[in-house]
Amino acid sequence: MAIGLSNYLAVAAILFTIGILGIFVNRKNVIVILMSIELMLLAVNINLVAFSTHLGDIVGQVFALLVLTVAAAEAAIGLAILVVFFRNRGSIEVEDVNMMKG
Amino acid sequence: MIVATAFFYLFSAVMIAAAVMVITARNPVHSVLFLILAFFNAAGLFILMGAEFLALILVVVYVGAVAVLFLFVVMMLDVDFVQLREGFLNYLPVGALIGFILLVELLVVLGGWVISPDTATNAAVPINPEVSNIQALGEVLYTRYIFFFQMAGLVLLVAMIGAIVLTLKHKPNVRRQSIADQVARNPAAAVEVRKVESGKGI
Repeated sequence: MAIGLSNYLAVAAILFTIGILGIFVNRKNVIVILMSIELMLLAVNINLVAFSTHLGDIVGQVFALLVLTVAAAEAAIGLAILVVFFRNRGSIEVEDVNMMKG
Repeated sequence: MIVATAFFYLFSAVMIAAAVMVITARNPVHSVLFLILAFFNAAGLFILMGAEFLALILVVVYVGAVAVLFLFVVMMLDVDFVQLREGFLNYLPVGALIGFILLVELLVVLGGWVISPDTATNAAVPINPEVSNIQALGEVLYTRYIFFFQMAGLVLLVAMIGAIVLTLKHKPNVRRQSIADQVARNPAAAVEVRKVESGKGI
């Protein structure tokens, strides 16, 4: 049986769901939450590239490249915020993040 | 054809297993390593689809930069990761339920939906099978989408400046070079001329 568009979309859907599940089960650990977001962005990229090659349109790959850029920037900023937060509080528990609460 | 099919299932299975390990591993270092494995297999899927440039960019950017950044942070922060895993099993049922519902929704959308046959004919930039993937991408990225390309560069620049500004810390007891003070020095402040009598020293 040939591998078509729907196979890739199913794989991407499963990967995206694993990313969502990771955010839910690791509610305390910000590092794993950031990794789950990376997984979700990867699933989106797989979708974009699958549609791009299936429909014969290169623009999908351009868009995937831009998503890749934003994902890298997001990881850098997120981890920088995490390092600063750890310096101030000595922990990275999400439930401790209420310093700006009035 | 059969080889491509086999590789598709291999890459997909390993990628999904690695993704599951990312969110369930006890040690975050293992999570990062499984994330790297998932990225490698995603790159394999991209190559199967015919997007070679993006596959290699995925390896270079994600494995070479993002995953190593994660590894640095995980190893740099002295966090009690066992304590962070408390409540993992409490959140599992709700998370699994929401994840399952979302997956069913996605698969239902996937199953009950067909692409209109006209879609392929009005592609914005049709893929030319004569040229290689990287050439096709470069021809459109540097001409038609140059604005978006430069915006992506700007996003990376802002992210870099933001990360540096956030994490740079001036310690009070570390002496730093002050260019202004150095430039403002003149001979009167820097050199002292003394008369020394012979045979006596200062």
